[in-house]
Amino acid sequence: MTDNRFFNRSEFIGILVLAVFLMVILPLTLDVFRLNLVAKYLTYAFVALGLVVCWGYGGILSLGQGVFFGLGGYCMAMFLKLEASSVENTKIQSTPGIPDFMDWNQITALPLFWKPFSSLTFTIAAIILVPGIFALIIGTAMFKRRVGGTYFAIITQAVAAILTILIVGQQGYTGGINGMTDLRTLKGWDIRPDHAKVVLYFFEVGCLFVCIMIAQFVRHSKLGRILVAMREKEDRVRFSGYSVANFKIFAFCVAAVFAAIGGAMFALNVGFMSPSFVGIVPSIEMVIYTAVGGRLSILGAVYGTLLVNFAKTSLSETFPELWLFGLGGLFIAVVLAFPNGLAGIWGDYVQPHIDRLISSRKPKPEGWTDKSVTDGAPAE
Amino acid sequence: MLVGHQPKEFLLAVEALTVSFDGFKAVNDLSFYVDENEIRVIIGPNGAGKTTVLDLICGKTKATSGSIQFRGKELTRMRENEIVKTGVGRKFQNPSIYDDLTVFENLEISYPRGRSVFGALTFTRDAAVRDRVHEVAEMIFLKDRLNVNADLLSHGQKQWLEIGMLLIQDPDLLMLDEPVAGMSVSERAKTAELLNRIIKNRSVLVIEHDMKFVEDIAHKVTVLHQGQILSEGTMEKVKNDLKVVEVYLGH
Repeated sequence: MTDNRFFNRSEFIGILVLAVFLMVILPLTLDVFRLNLVAKYLTYAFVALGLVVCWGYGGILSLGQGVFFGLGGYCMAMFLKLEASSVENTKIQSTPGIPDFMDWNQITALPLFWKPFSSLTFTIAAIILVPGIFALIIGTAMFKRRVGGTYFAIITQAVAAILTILIVGQQGYTGGINGMTDLRTLKGWDIRPDHAKVVLYFFEVGCLFVCIMIAQFVRHSKLGRILVAMREKEDRVRFSGYSVANFKIFAFCVAAVFAAIGGAMFALNVGFMSPSFVGIVPSIEMVIYTAVGGRLSILGAVYGTLLVNFAKTSLSETFPELWLFGLGGLFIAVVLAFPNGLAGIWGDYVQPHIDRLISSRKPKPEGWTDKSVTDGAPAE
Repeated sequence: MLVGHQPKEFLLAVEALTVSFDGFKAVNDLSFYVDENEIRVIIGPNGAGKTTVLDLICGKTKATSGSIQFRGKELTRMRENEIVKTGVGRKFQNPSIYDDLTVFENLEISYPRGRSVFGALTFTRDAAVRDRVHEVAEMIFLKDRLNVNADLLSHGQKQWLEIGMLLIQDPDLLMLDEPVAGMSVSERAKTAELLNRIIKNRSVLVIEHDMKFVEDIAHKVTVLHQGQILSEGTMEKVKNDLKVVEVYLGH
């Protein structure tokens, strides 16, 4: 009972291994282009992490996480775009000092809602608060009315579709289907050259570990156990005196904020933001990352995201038409054969071998019984 | 009715309670009163509306009309978790426990502290919680199974665990829906002993079919039939009521 509030011993080792993998092994073995690709994949890992909390623990399947990824990404992109649209950079426009796509759409002054995004502090707050409050509103509207399960998933899809249409339609304010491109500097620091990409990669990994720690904290708190309890017996939780809706809203908001941080990292690392990361298809892909990694595993979400994206990149280059079928097939296969994803396979097949290896190396003290083996044996 | 006579304070006063599902009145103009520290058993044939009555009291089903007063508070307008906080606990017919959590965690979740989102985040498993969980686990015969996942328990143990989860809530009114259904004879005897121990200082409302068990524990019996009261009184009185024999006990 002396475990701390973040992790137990084996989880600590898992986090350490992931940290070494992301912070030492990958930067040493990959060139900057590949490392930047990993940075792009890891932005989705934030979303997958949020889905572990909300879907894995809380049982709330959201098929609209792209919405929050997009909101966070657009907040960041708006700041970067404003900085890239200084008067001297845009003096060939008919209205200098506003983003190029506004000029193309005959907009002659910066819209009011854009103005605060010239402040980095405001932008950082907005990246957290805009999606957080949006999730709070959706969550309150749905969960207080006891909308859940499939209905909730469908509604999140609808929200994703609506936001995409809105962004594409309001071209003059959002950059439309092309999104916001040509992002250059962050407070005067150029984000495009190689050394900046490396710095941004480490910054992103740092943020990812902060989110992992938050997820671990939630998981090990009583709230984490209530989420699991709720997933199984919602009524029992309600009749133990808890407001089930509030706990669902919390889980959904955490997932939204994680996704938004991922989106902001995407804008920084990849250098643009577009509606193609907001809609239904990317939202479902993000669920697949979580499912492949194992929806109950915080670290599994990170590995699942990396694996699926590497497969996507290499396969889509070779078989561009077949890739989407492959992705769909992967999802079905994982759900049918390995409902707990990679983490489940690891826990069922690999971990017992490692435990056995470690315990067989230790000298056996007097009266020692092979506890790890008996623990692993199926109950009679 | 005497003028100036103060009516006795009941713990639970159900008055003219009616609920209709698409025109079918599952509970029809029902009134009954439960005293402090009383054990009341509700019996009746299938479909009499017994479980619906408990659903109405704990807020799972909303009443069409009528009132439910608990210590003077109107329950029909409150949400489920607020009803729990006023001191009403409910055990479901099928053991309703959290299979993926251990016995300890099952009991801990029911411990009445840190029930808000923020409270649950900052909740610490301190000595008071641990002592209480151990104390309750001992009462429900699960002392040495605290770290076992709840899905590995037998049916009877699951029933006890849920009773324990209610016990740790420490409600003033405990509602049990068929607590001994599906139990073996020895488990049944242990459950009767358990119930007799935990009913001190609280009122209990029990639904049960097992007449032997009812006789063992009931102070007063209410017989429901088609959503209405057929008979009410001591077990002795109810048993000798011809109407009751005809619709229920005669079977």
